[in-house]
Amino acid sequence: MTPLLQVESVEKSFFGIPVLKAVSFTIGAGRIVGLVGENGAGKSTLMNLLGGNLHPDGGTMRFNGNSYAPVNPRAARAAGIGFVHQELNLFPNLNIAENLFLTNFPQTGPVIRRGELHKRATALLKTVGIELPSTTPVDRLSNGERQLVEVAHALSFNARLIILDEPTTSLSARETERLFKLVRQLRDDGRSLIYISHALDEVLRLSDDVVVLRDGEVVGQGKATEFDQNKLVSLMVGRELKQLFPKGRSLPLRRALESNEVGAEPRAPLLEVRKVSQPGVVRDVSFSLRRCEVVGLSGLMGAGRTELARILFGLDPHECGTILVSGEPLTGSPRRRIRRGLAMLTENRRDDGLCLEASVADNIALVTLPNYTTSPLRLINFASLRNGLAKIREAVRLQPKLSNEQPVKTLSGGNQQKVVLAKWLLATPQVLILDEPTRGIDVGAKSEIYQLIRDLADRGAGVLVISSELEELTGLCDRILVMNRGRIASEFAPGEFDRERILNAALPT
Amino acid sequence: MRKSAPRLLLSALNHATLFLFILVLIVFGLLSPKFFTVAGLTNLFVQASSTTVVGVGMTFVLLTAGVDLSVGSIMFVAAAVAGKLALGGTSLPVALLAIVSIGLVFGLLNALLVTRLAIIAFISTLGTLYAGRGFGLWLTQTRAMNLPDNFLALGASKFVGIPTPLIIGAFVVAFAQLTLTRTSFGRQLYAVGNNLEAARKAGLNTRLLLAAVYMLSGLCAAIGGILSLAQLGAVSPTFGTNREFTAIAAAVLGGTSLFGGRGGVFPGTVLGALLIQCVENGLVILNADPYLYPLVTAALIFLAVLLDSTRSRILAHWARRKIFVEDAV
Repeated sequence: MTPLLQVESVEKSFFGIPVLKAVSFTIGAGRIVGLVGENGAGKSTLMNLLGGNLHPDGGTMRFNGNSYAPVNPRAARAAGIGFVHQELNLFPNLNIAENLFLTNFPQTGPVIRRGELHKRATALLKTVGIELPSTTPVDRLSNGERQLVEVAHALSFNARLIILDEPTTSLSARETERLFKLVRQLRDDGRSLIYISHALDEVLRLSDDVVVLRDGEVVGQGKATEFDQNKLVSLMVGRELKQLFPKGRSLPLRRALESNEVGAEPRAPLLEVRKVSQPGVVRDVSFSLRRCEVVGLSGLMGAGRTELARILFGLDPHECGTILVSGEPLTGSPRRRIRRGLAMLTENRRDDGLCLEASVADNIALVTLPNYTTSPLRLINFASLRNGLAKIREAVRLQPKLSNEQPVKTLSGGNQQKVVLAKWLLATPQVLILDEPTRGIDVGAKSEIYQLIRDLADRGAGVLVISSELEELTGLCDRILVMNRGRIASEFAPGEFDRERILNAALPT
Repeated sequence: MRKSAPRLLLSALNHATLFLFILVLIVFGLLSPKFFTVAGLTNLFVQASSTTVVGVGMTFVLLTAGVDLSVGSIMFVAAAVAGKLALGGTSLPVALLAIVSIGLVFGLLNALLVTRLAIIAFISTLGTLYAGRGFGLWLTQTRAMNLPDNFLALGASKFVGIPTPLIIGAFVVAFAQLTLTRTSFGRQLYAVGNNLEAARKAGLNTRLLLAAVYMLSGLCAAIGGILSLAQLGAVSPTFGTNREFTAIAAAVLGGTSLFGGRGGVFPGTVLGALLIQCVENGLVILNADPYLYPLVTAALIFLAVLLDSTRSRILAHWARRKIFVEDAV
């Protein structure tokens, strides 16, 4: 049987820098292929070649028995390749049916045949398991449902190969299961799927075959059963990653805890949240964060974790309850809270964390620029700014090859996140709120960011880490709080970190 | 399901123009007995027809998150050329055809500036606003022209008892409504307005779609110009001045968003245009100082934009936050 897709020695360079070097692999009909690799390994470039957004410099592709060289996304679609993008490409102001058939409405002359449109849309929705009328506006759908609509879109032009790019990053556990079931069902119908993800356990669980990319080369491919997580990681980074999480507990905390145990005066908490409520968002939330402590905040999507973080940072109001920092009430705008020593890394760095077009230096200096000015006109003192930048870049281990003038949009996810961190660390915050600090970044950068968080806590800061990856929280945190429908449902001390128990606390009862 | 407070607020904002319109009708109805007669209301519709038609074109542009500031100048150039031709003895149909062609030519110019040279719509159409006004003033040598009677006759004519301007306006609205709601072109415009980049990635011909809305806007401006001419019977050097603002106000009062992707012509823009006309007529009835008119229009525009931005804020708020239903206590 000839494979569905054959990629032969495909090459691609940007400005003379090779991004893909003689990449070859095949995808059989009716297979789920997991594609893994660190950020910058060339996954996106490869997918852009398949999708017709970019054109290869060399090599050949064959799809469905024919030579395949799409000139644009439309040609890729016509050939039968569908995409489910990481940033969902749906139009929330249109309804489901319109989104599905936007480029090929059934019509008589210029007029859309609505009956036909909704009949076809309903059939597709049934296939992907959405039980909503096809006239539902997309802005009413959850992320999971939107993802399924994207899959339905790929089915609308009968795609033979469907590429899913990080589909589960914003899905709840239940939505993920639903998606996996659909992916398997499509495979059983004879379609092939490429599944790109940083969640290696998911990749191994779901895929039939695995392709590993590193630095633009295929460094491993074969049946998924031949791989395990450690093998994948070592292939991806090219070395055995011994220790992802910083070892041991921080010394100051241990001392502090010891002094507490011998009956010394309990230390005042750094951040104290007392009975904070906001209708429909969070309910009766109380907890405290001490110096030198890393506290994890776990929970399902929509449990109110990000919402709580936004309230703490002054982005959203809360109806009742108080927030104290070092015993003093915390009020007002984010600007005032930053002065009190707060910092918040948002869950979506591209939209809320970075000025994408601006340079590395401009982004890092965004919060603290006034500190690098000289009186009387408060002009920027570039010498001292350069100095500060150099120090902080080293502290966060930002790739030294990157220039300060480079626009951050050209950086990999890991380096972008380091830029955001550097921005906040320049302000020497006391309380750091990190919302999904390692989302969509590669294993190497992850480990470095964990070390950074630990170091910060060791130097006396309190860190609140929101994460959907349980391993991240159990490996990094001193305590874990679990949110469930706006409440803090339970708290786990280090001895009690148990994946199952934590997950159960997060699940709706 | 119980409606939440922001949902009620949004609903109120969506219907604010309707409430306001009814309020204005009642107030002026009480002030003037002539207002609520068939003749009075028909007159209102006829007078509003020009703003409606220009506003319909504007709605198309606004839906794509663009703007067309040149509509007033397009009206002026079209009217000036038509006046020259009519006074030179050209027949009415040919003059009308010339007006329509001028609208399309200006629309094409805007379209090329926006899609080919990638100059943002605000600046492109601001440029054509000045160019058009200048061209028209040169053409007329800044003198007012009184048109032959057949233009005025067009404005006063009736077809099966209905004034022709009203029929033209209704036809444009019906055509636009059908286009926006029932054709793939119309639905694709909403996609473009929501997210241009995503629309391009989805394989839509975004350049063609954008070009088309500026052409349509130019065409509607020209038709609106004919309707105004038919009522005034003369082309003054200020003909069409500030009409871009009433057109934008009509569209936005009618619920079309300046941020693109949301809105429509019916009842939307039609209602907005009627409200504006109603207020203007009311000012006449009240014998208000004509110099106050721009102030009132400005107030309406601010109101329209305030409604739009409040609505957008609420929607953005929703898009971001997952709201779960509170348990009954």
